[in-house]
Amino acid sequence: MSGYNEILRLALSSIWRNKTRSVLTMLGVVIGVASVILLVSLGQGLQKFITDSFEDLGTNVVVILPGQVDLEQGIQGPPNFAGSKFTLRHVTEINNLGGPIDSAAASIELPAAVSYKGESKYTTIAGISSEYGSIRNLAVSKGRNITRSDVDLERKVVILGEGMVRDLFGATNPLGKQITLGEEKLTVVGVLEEIGGGNFRFDINNFVAIPITTSQRIFGDDSIQLITAKATSKEDIPHAITVLENYMSTQLEEEEYSVVDQGSLVSTINNILGVITTALGGIAAISLVVGGVGIMNIMLVSVTERTREIGLRKAVGAKPQNILVQFLIEATVLSGVGGLIGILIGAGGALILGKFLIETSVSFWSVALAFGVSAAVGIIFGVAPALRASKLDPIDALRYE
Amino acid sequence: MAIINIKDVTKTYVLGEEVEVHALKGVNLSIKKGEFTSIIGSSGSGKSTLMHIMGLLDKPTSGGVWFLDKKVSSLDDDQLAGLRNEHIGFVFQSFNLLPRTTALENVALPLIYAGVEEKARLKKAKEKLEQVGLGDRLNHTSTQLSGGQQQRVAIARALVNSPDIVFADEPTGNLDSESGAEIMKLLRDLNKAGNTIILVTHEPDIAKGTKRTIELKDGQILKDTKNRTK
Repeated sequence: MSGYNEILRLALSSIWRNKTRSVLTMLGVVIGVASVILLVSLGQGLQKFITDSFEDLGTNVVVILPGQVDLEQGIQGPPNFAGSKFTLRHVTEINNLGGPIDSAAASIELPAAVSYKGESKYTTIAGISSEYGSIRNLAVSKGRNITRSDVDLERKVVILGEGMVRDLFGATNPLGKQITLGEEKLTVVGVLEEIGGGNFRFDINNFVAIPITTSQRIFGDDSIQLITAKATSKEDIPHAITVLENYMSTQLEEEEYSVVDQGSLVSTINNILGVITTALGGIAAISLVVGGVGIMNIMLVSVTERTREIGLRKAVGAKPQNILVQFLIEATVLSGVGGLIGILIGAGGALILGKFLIETSVSFWSVALAFGVSAAVGIIFGVAPALRASKLDPIDALRYE
Repeated sequence: MAIINIKDVTKTYVLGEEVEVHALKGVNLSIKKGEFTSIIGSSGSGKSTLMHIMGLLDKPTSGGVWFLDKKVSSLDDDQLAGLRNEHIGFVFQSFNLLPRTTALENVALPLIYAGVEEKARLKKAKEKLEQVGLGDRLNHTSTQLSGGQQQRVAIARALVNSPDIVFADEPTGNLDSESGAEIMKLLRDLNKAGNTIILVTHEPDIAKGTKRTIELKDGQILKDTKNRTK
């Protein structure tokens, strides 16, 4: 038999002659492929977003959380902030450990309202020690950061995020002005650099930070919630963790603290997101299979509808194999073209979402997988109808009304 | 030379467990080159079954069929498809043209399976359409053609592979008498030009237009008569 070429053309022209039906048949695969690509790219965009955000939170950071937090098994309950037994003495001693530990900072976060001349804003107040700014990459655009002497002398000073400045002061220069927190007056000494774009980093633009000693006095609470340490380099992180574990074990009971590498925190979150992305992709893949069943359904209808055509082709010399290949190609082309359209829609949708929502990334493997699956779906679900067509007896087929 | 020889051919259809239909009960027949033979009989006489067996669309239950001196029983489906493609043309009562397909492409269809190049295919198809008087309807689809014209397209398709024999199964059955007469005239002209034609019909008037009439009854040949040519 000369040329599968010819049979390919037969299949194409048969698809073309039934445009409406072909488009409707493809729809299932189009939607399946588009949703696989869209959901996977959304999931991956989310992972990238979270990884980037954590990198903004400072590099080589090791966090000591109160309570039991086991990242290997997923986060087991929230850190026990209320029961924290960390003290400033611990932070000072960690700062003096040296070795793989560059520095350490104490911090505490509490919800409260701040006001300036009648403008009031409810927010989270962070009490921080002087090392916090450098570990967490907080840069000031105006004024200065919280200093060691601010902490030592319990100064009533505050640094603000840009958004907070806009809300409270409008166009007025905030430096040197006093804002009210409860019954205390705090002098604004610095404004933090604005961070562009969406960033989930504890909303830096609405950040309100005061010396940790000042916050302990105002809120009447001597505890600190979090110790943030910085390792001297990425390679030193495991060593730093060991050193911190050893130190903490001399200070507190085992269940009262957890030393957590920020990187492992990121990878834990990414693992969870990865599972969610795969699950979403899997659910979308089910719709691909449904699309495949749709193709099989239409192809079976098509075989029945074209029984006379098949009979005629056989009478004029088509071999069973010719008929088989023709119908198989039709099914494969339907699902393949549907897959291509789905890729365009999915990738286009991901790009549009990327402009308005979060940065999405269309990965090669999701496209390849979606297309491969859709083509496979066409072949697999095309086999049954094609076999039925090829086995038709020409006499019965010609008689068929 | 005999194109088709059949000897003691029987055909039995088994319907259900104990119901058997004997469509043919021992038929002997020889068709020679250049014949224009009609097979006539009432419905159920076995004429369609006989045509299917001679046209290599079906195999007999017993007996022998020789097509161009080849014993058909030893051939498989692919080889039979090849023989039909190369040596046989079919014309059916209901035309059986592909829908939404031009006359030219319909006629060229058998040549696709013969592996003929597209250009040669369309050239041959055009010649045949001109031969049946449809040279000006090449790109019409079946819905744009009258019944008589559609049957002409089907005849052109049956001729496109220059077959040794053409089977026409009730070719005038779906046509008004005027178109039917035209189709019969076309078949006679084709026969005069050297084509071997077997025509299956239940109408004695149509059969009279052929050179030889074989009358079937209950699966057996009742009469085999030469007609006086007009």
